[in-house]
Amino acid sequence: MTTTDMPAAPSSDTVPRSPAGNPLGFGHMLRKEDARFVRGQGHYVDDVRLPGMLHGAILRSSYAHARVVSIDTSAAEAHPKVKAVITGKILETLNLAWMPTLSGDVTAVLATDKVRFHGQEVAFVVAEDEYSARDALELIEVEYEPLPAVVDATHALDPDAPIIRDDLEGRTDNKIYDWEAGDEAACDEAFAKADVVVAEDLVYPRVHPAPMETCGAVAHMDKVTGKLTIWTTTQAPHAHRTVYALVAGLPEHKIQVISPDIGGGFGNKVGIYPGYVLAIVGSIVTGAPVKWMEDRSENLMSTSFARDYHMHGEIAATKDGKILALRVRVLADHGAFNGVAQPTKFPAGFFHIFTGSYDYPAAHCKVTAVYTNKALGGVAYACSFRITEAVYLVERMVNCLAFELKQDPAELRMKNLLRPEQFPYMSPTGWEYDSGDYPRALREAMRIAGYEELRREQASRRAAAAQPGADPTAPLMGIGLSFFTEGVGAGPRKHMDILGLGMADGCELRIHPTGKAQLRLSVQTQGQGHETTFAQIVSHVIGLPPEDIEVIHGDTDNTPFGLGTYGSRSTPVSGAAAAVAAQRIKDKARVIAAAALECSVDDLEWEHGRWFVRGDPTQGKTIAELAMIAHGSLELPEGVEGHLDASVVYNPPNLTYPFGAYICVVDVDPQTGQVKVRRFIAVDDCGPRINPMIVEGQIHGGLADGIGMALMEVIAFDRDGNNLGGSFMDYLLPTSMECPSWELGQTVTPSPHHPIGVKGVGESATVGSPPAVVNAVLDALQVRSADMPFTPAMTWRALEGRPMRPDLAIE
Amino acid sequence: MQVPAPFEYQRAGSVDEAIALLARSGGDARLVAGGHSLLPMMKLRLARPETLVDINGLSDLEYVKVDGDEIAIGAMTRHVGVLESAVLAEHYRIFAEAERVIADPLVRNRGTVGGSLCQADPSEDLSAVFAALKGRAVIRSASGTRSVDLRAFHLGPYETVVGDAEIVVEVRVPIRPHTGSAYEKVERRAGDWSVAAAGAFVQLRGDTIDDVGIGMTAVGAAHFTCEEAEDSLRGGPVSPEAIDEAARICGQRCNPSADQRGPVDYKRHLVSVLVARALTRSVARARGEAA
Repeated sequence: MTTTDMPAAPSSDTVPRSPAGNPLGFGHMLRKEDARFVRGQGHYVDDVRLPGMLHGAILRSSYAHARVVSIDTSAAEAHPKVKAVITGKILETLNLAWMPTLSGDVTAVLATDKVRFHGQEVAFVVAEDEYSARDALELIEVEYEPLPAVVDATHALDPDAPIIRDDLEGRTDNKIYDWEAGDEAACDEAFAKADVVVAEDLVYPRVHPAPMETCGAVAHMDKVTGKLTIWTTTQAPHAHRTVYALVAGLPEHKIQVISPDIGGGFGNKVGIYPGYVLAIVGSIVTGAPVKWMEDRSENLMSTSFARDYHMHGEIAATKDGKILALRVRVLADHGAFNGVAQPTKFPAGFFHIFTGSYDYPAAHCKVTAVYTNKALGGVAYACSFRITEAVYLVERMVNCLAFELKQDPAELRMKNLLRPEQFPYMSPTGWEYDSGDYPRALREAMRIAGYEELRREQASRRAAAAQPGADPTAPLMGIGLSFFTEGVGAGPRKHMDILGLGMADGCELRIHPTGKAQLRLSVQTQGQGHETTFAQIVSHVIGLPPEDIEVIHGDTDNTPFGLGTYGSRSTPVSGAAAAVAAQRIKDKARVIAAAALECSVDDLEWEHGRWFVRGDPTQGKTIAELAMIAHGSLELPEGVEGHLDASVVYNPPNLTYPFGAYICVVDVDPQTGQVKVRRFIAVDDCGPRINPMIVEGQIHGGLADGIGMALMEVIAFDRDGNNLGGSFMDYLLPTSMECPSWELGQTVTPSPHHPIGVKGVGESATVGSPPAVVNAVLDALQVRSADMPFTPAMTWRALEGRPMRPDLAIE
Repeated sequence: MQVPAPFEYQRAGSVDEAIALLARSGGDARLVAGGHSLLPMMKLRLARPETLVDINGLSDLEYVKVDGDEIAIGAMTRHVGVLESAVLAEHYRIFAEAERVIADPLVRNRGTVGGSLCQADPSEDLSAVFAALKGRAVIRSASGTRSVDLRAFHLGPYETVVGDAEIVVEVRVPIRPHTGSAYEKVERRAGDWSVAAAGAFVQLRGDTIDDVGIGMTAVGAAHFTCEEAEDSLRGGPVSPEAIDEAARICGQRCNPSADQRGPVDYKRHLVSVLVARALTRSVARARGEAA
């Protein structure tokens, strides 16, 4: 079949408009999904109500580490509205007490031998209503024998540390793995030659994605048909279906996973939680549909957290600030089970992209992961598989270097950024950056910020503060920068799989006879705006109005296989699949047009969604007209099947590498330690923007995340391993009061390998912004070292030169 | 979903009826007004009353008015009513300043003055305000009405002098001429409970401090105040040194606990900073030098 070139992305918002006023392709367009959200008509998992549906609730451990001596469920079973009480002992008889994690470990569905974190699942009650289910939890008597808990990850490998995973044969310590990347010898050599070496300890504390809808499921095992239907909060419905088949031995063709509106994911909803399995077991046991919805505290205490990286960085440089090498030692706290969601070959995710956006020849990292008595997780909260930690590390190290060299951190960055002519660039740890013009992005951010003027203001404020009789309450002004590079869109299947499932994604595009289209995706939207963006991708290629393209997702019976939405992979992978599918439609339509117009395909030209005869534009057919012809009675050329649809599986050749330059300005009250973010400038380059409004929305959200992590979000644990972040009174999310009016800018560097040149952007701001805020706060304090979050107390202690550990209880 | 343990629900049409309903359930009932503290505690099953007596119908207890030489605030006055009261704005700026940083508009639209005081959360802001202003609570029972100094109202965290079959119906604050007041609060985020907060009023006669009140919350200050600091100021001349000394005493005498809002040394330091700021602004207002 003849193939045509993919259309170039428009450079400005000048594309033609549909009858409804939407762009026929890229451009500003209101989100199609918002019509239901702004009317309160979203349909979430908790909105699913089936006839005869029962309700489940989970009894959770009040200890971080304890032997389960006995569980007495008799009183709960006697509750008049209770239908079933399930314990680990019962699950053992079904071979379901344990299930595999996404990282080759196992995790308890319900505790059998021990509980290993505060909030772990111990028993499951199924009752006629959720009130009775919760009441019955209080009737279950569990006898525990408390054990000492491993709380501080830095002591997890102490010789006398209690062994957490004595369920695993032959375990004698709490180490999960050692893993390294880069060239250690080359790194050592570079360090030996360096004029300056700066070392810094950094904690990226445990945070939580805290999506708006908590995790939950409604499971319905139809005993007549043998079909299991499960509505559930999942970012990866197809992967979940396969895992249910593998774990529970259910036939995969009899499993339907439906992920409706789920109120955000941020990585929290990639894995399979015990509650999902318990809802299924509950439905099998009772014969009725069973709903399980966790409450907010359960979500914060037991579901996938993020970060928890203790990092030791060392940066080597010449005395004039040319970076020579970076080496890193990481202690990774994975909690009680290794449940990290990431491609199999990369146990530390993509952390080894930590060389960041700079040009230096040598780098080496060693990551040691340990078990602790905390909830499992580790890759979640919009982190692009640990690139968040990597960017934080390198951006803090560069700032520490600037601090020691007394150089302007912008100047130091500019001196070391990769240059445009170095792309495609192979990093010292093996990443091939596809495209970039980093100095341009940094210059643009500095221009928007008025960087020189800001530094002058800061200098004059500092001079005023040094005068005798100066106002002791005058705010301390700080300016912080970060420059990030992400690798997103996992990924090439020969390198990247999860549980053996290659990270390629399918897509089906079907044009109905009247020219209306349905696009079926393997990825699943949690608020990213797929229903709009993907319609615009198809519109861009074949010119149908976006309002005429229905995007179908989140239902395994109605969409092709793929690995789902996380790690900013939807547009890089599924977006490419959609573009290629649309391109195939366009190519097929050309052949049909040639038959209909009785000309050669080579005589046809394309413009605005229409094939026409070169030299006679009146002789042409739109895609909609060709769709009717494709379904009609016209004799089609030999080898051309009827109908107008296409099916694609896209295996990305590489990741896409979005980047950006961020500048944050803060004012700190020197007496109270309160931090006020005065300005935040974000210049993002994610290639051409399909829907600039959606991209800006993603960036706004990510910047708020960054302010949250830098200033308030943390889950700490007390000495007994109690989770101290178990409610929104304790785990603080930023509000509009903490966020300035964002100042966004952009540069556009297309990806050379993506069919329409776009890169992922969903996590860019979450990844890139925390170090900008932290660098700004420390700049204000004129202090080199302290860990986020900069709550007033943490900031004051940093100013006093007595910073606190963020991951432990304040005592 | 977090759901409370089973409970009975009664709606009172009058204060007398509410008292009768409380008396009938013999200590296992709780009044619910705004419910913004009680209901979350019930959902977490930290509070499990057998009966809730809903007094949201008692709109006759919703007022702010001058009554003789006092301001009288009805117990059912919502936070928003305090925030927007012209009477309070005229006499005591501390109210609006405190209310502006209590939770968020959703809470302020429902939460009440009486409910806040009776919940007796050790981090509650109005407790510090009324302690600073030396107000008193008017409490009714079946046998009559009594009045209790707000500095003797709290018996401890979540514990007050209000009996099982009693209702706080009103809070009264004396009107003081030549007075300024202010409230200072540090929170980790808008809507969070205080890390520490301090309020004050200063009444001047010329350059002499005629009377002064200091309130503090979230820092374990006895009766939400520090009389020793007040005594150090009262009758003396206004000076930055005197204010700093009083602030220092407050930081020293309070009894904060370390928690995720901050360590003890920070909280003591913060109390001193906030008391000094509240006193300084109160003086400026008393002198008419600041709005």
